[in-house]
Formats: sequence, structure tokens, C-alpha cells
Amino acid sequence: MVSTVAFLSFAAKPDTGDTAWVLASAALVLLMTPGLAFFYGGMVRGKNVLNMLMMNFITMGLVGVLWVIVGYTLAFGDGGALVGDLNHWKLNNTSGLSGTIPVLAFVMFQAMFAIITPALFTGSIADRIKFGPFLAIITVWSLLVYSPIAHWVWSPNGWLFKLGAEDFAGGTVVHANAGAAGLALAIVLGKRKGWPREPMRPHNLPFVLLGAGLLWFGWFGFNAGSALGAGRTAALAFTTTSTATSAAMLGWVLVEKIRDGHPTTLGAASGAVAGLVAITPACAFVTPFGSIFLGLLAGGVCALATGLKFRFGYDDALDVVGVHLVGGVLGALLIGFLGSKKAGGANGLLYGGGFTQLGKQAAAVGASVVYSFVATLVIALIVKAIFKGLRVSEEVEVEGLDINLHAETAYETLTGGSVRASVSAAAPKADAEVSA
Amino acid sequence: MKIVVAIIKPHKLDEVKAALEAFGVQGLTVSEASGYGRQRGHTEVYRGAEYTVDLVPKVRVEVLVDDADAADVVEVIVKSAQTGRIGDGKVWTVPVDDVVRVRTGEHGVDAL
Repeated sequence: MVSTVAFLSFAAKPDTGDTAWVLASAALVLLMTPGLAFFYGGMVRGKNVLNMLMMNFITMGLVGVLWVIVGYTLAFGDGGALVGDLNHWKLNNTSGLSGTIPVLAFVMFQAMFAIITPALFTGSIADRIKFGPFLAIITVWSLLVYSPIAHWVWSPNGWLFKLGAEDFAGGTVVHANAGAAGLALAIVLGKRKGWPREPMRPHNLPFVLLGAGLLWFGWFGFNAGSALGAGRTAALAFTTTSTATSAAMLGWVLVEKIRDGHPTTLGAASGAVAGLVAITPACAFVTPFGSIFLGLLAGGVCALATGLKFRFGYDDALDVVGVHLVGGVLGALLIGFLGSKKAGGANGLLYGGGFTQLGKQAAAVGASVVYSFVATLVIALIVKAIFKGLRVSEEVEVEGLDINLHAETAYETLTGGSVRASVSAAAPKADAEVSA
Repeated sequence: MKIVVAIIKPHKLDEVKAALEAFGVQGLTVSEASGYGRQRGHTEVYRGAEYTVDLVPKVRVEVLVDDADAADVVEVIVKSAQTGRIGDGKVWTVPVDDVVRVRTGEHGVDAL
């Protein structure tokens, strides 16, 4: 991501092309969160699908407000090496330009990143978390984990930015960060009842593919929009995002075909998302040809990484670790190998740049993952103490979260009986409606 | 009177229905069912994790018949539902004490 210093010169006019692209990209990135909701929603069991969709949707509400009040300034306020100051709280002092676009366009583009990052780890906590503690965790996490790490990597004052670590669109800030947090939360929450003995099959694979399609579409805004302008860099990021994702899908399906015997739709969707994750930090630093290798590797490695939870016994329900932590770390490190000056980054190991960039990448992603994991662990334990437990009761877990936490069911077959309306004083009477 | 109950493969329903109609059966009840027999279930793999699905989808067909027709109706169903492969299903008959047609109140064979 390029420098985000706000020039408070009111005389200067924004570049209309750049502004239009960043605003459109912000809308594309917002669409990724409902896309993610369906990607995850299809993978859970039918009795919990609404809870999964709701955790993602409510994040748009919660972080959408938090970001404007204080999240943005903690991430992008000048501040020091570790966190921003409160100069932009309530979006004060944001009427100028940031580069060639209005600061507000940048604020909203970044808002969508702040929203989807905590939404990503809803996959690891699926099927068992109470709604109140979930909201508390998201709120605190957004301010104490997301904003600081975004500051470290993307603010010109951040210590990882100054170190020279490259993260074009958020492999470290978004994906490795969310993956590490997902791992910490899965450990604190514990395994779902019956896991891994009982079958917990995806209840709607068409939803998963629909969600993956929306994610892919929105991701062009995520990556190419991170150029913060409509030029060559955006076009390169767009291209590598496309090629790496395609290649990763092939990589994942190939591993499945060899290992399990069948190419699956879940594998194709997962592979595409793994590719999107891995190309995110690298999309403007590698060549289109290099991005094919990056994608193939990401698809294959992430397909194998989803088996880790069975080996180590943590119930990361929908593979946030296998896809986002592993994919994000892989993408960040591959910049150290495949980075190319010709593309726009520093030369990596394979382009004659030696180990310098690889070292910076490892430091940045390592520090972010460790901080995210530890801070999330502490936040989860404190919230657990305050709410007297993070998990729903065993009865609720078995019966389903939808009916118990939201008083709704997604499908008619789950209502288990005839449905009857109970007329309350607040509801308009049927007769009145007819006569009206 | 007897009730003939058949558990068959879902894709054979149309053939069974047509065969019963041709035989002269006036009505039947169909419901979706799931279960397993000797073939057990099947295996599905999601992200490398293998699941054994015990219950496979089947269709349950029920026909009320006169005692004299029972054996023939069973024969008709078996012939039309057979593929020869494992998982074709089962057919059985159960004695029925009485049948009432709700519209007219007729009892017994008249209600069939």
C-alpha cells in the first residue's frame, strides 16, 4: 500500500479516475463479507447457518461504526511506531486529499478491510459461540489487534513499514492476522461436541461456491483497489490476482484428486480462496508469470494444511488456519522469493535479491502472527471471565444455534411442526389489512 | 386387506408408479425415506476428511390392496424396481384390519 499521508491542501483537486476506482473498489470489498458469509454458511450444518450469516453481517454493522469513530485513527493516525494517535477520531481532519484521492475515499476503502478481517475468523469459532461474547470479542479485537497491526504495516510511521516489509493488500494485516486470531479462539473455545468423531458435513455446497464467486469478484477491489489509483499498479494487481487464483484452484483440486480420488466442488472453491489469500500481499510485487507459481503452491499447500487440525487436535471448524494463516504467511514469504523489481517490488531470492527481502517479510509476518495470537488469547480469556463462558450450552449446541440464539430457522424442514401465528397487540390484525 | 410397503431407489419411482397403474392400482402413497440395508452407506470426502454416510435416500411406496391382489402387486413392484444392483430395496406386506373412505364413510374392500 502506498503512503497515506493526508495533504491538507484544499485547493488541490482529487483525480477523478483514481477516486472513482477506489470508491468502486470499496464497494467491491464490502461485498466480500456477505460472500464470505455464504462461503462459510454453506459449510456449517443447516441448524447453524443463520448464526454464521449473522456473525458476518453484524460485523458490517459493528465495525462499520467503530471504524469511523476510533478504529481509523488508531490505524492511520500519525502516532508513533506502534499505534495511531486520536487526531482523526470521529473522522476529524479528513477533508483533504490522500495522494490523489479524498481522504474519505481512503477511509471507507480501509473500513471494508477492517470489517472483513474479524469476519474471517468466524469460520474457526463456528457452531458454538454465544452471541454476546462474540460481539465483545469483535469490538475489542478490532481496536486492539486490527488497528495496531494495520498501523505497523501500512502507516508511514509504523515500525514494519519503516523496516521495508511489503504487504500490498493485506496478507499479513488481514489474513495471517485473522488466521492467528482464529487459532487462538478455536483453542480457547474448545472442540465442538462430537468433533472429530461425528460427521459435520457442509449442508449447502452451492452456497459455498456462490460465496467463493462473490469473494473472487470482490477481491479485485481488495487487491487492485489497494493501488489507490487507476493505473499500471492496479492493472498488475488485477492480473496477478486473477492468475494466482486460477492456478491455486488447480493446485488444490490436483492434490485432492491424488490424495482422495475425486476433484470436489468444495476443493475448487477453497483452492480459489487460498490463492486469493496468498496473492494478496504479493499482487503488485510479482510478475504475472511468477503469480502462477505462487498460486499453484498456495493451492497445494493449503489443501494439505487443512489436515493440521486433525493432527494437533484443535477444532478450527472451517479451516481459517489452513487457508488464511497458512495462505497469508506463505504469500508474505513468497514475496521474498518471487518479488521482482520489474513488477514493482524489491527483488526476491529467485530474482537475484538475496535474502534481504525474505528476512524482512519473515520478521513482519512473524511479529504480526505472534502479537495477534497472544493478544487474541488474552482478549478471549478476559471476555470468557466476564461473560462466564464463551460457549452455548450443550443442549443449544445439539439443537442448533439458529433457533436458540436468533429464534429463527433457515429451512422449513427444521421447524419440526406446523407453524402458527400468534397475534400480538403490536401486529396489525388480518381483518384490518383486508379492509384497508 | 393388506398394505404393501416398498422401499425402492428414488429413480425407479416413475417406473413403479406406471407399472402399478397398468396393473389397475387406484391409489398409492409416496414418501421420502432414508435408511440402509446390506449395502450400508457411502463415503464422502470434504477437504480430505472422510465421512461415512450411513443413511441413503430412498422412496417409500405404500399401496392398500385386497388380499387376493397382494402377491401380484408385490410382484409388479419387484419387477419394475429391480436393477439387479445392491441397494434395490425391499417390499413387504402387512395385514390391515379395516379401511375407511373419509368422504363417504364406506368400510373394508369398498373403500379401496
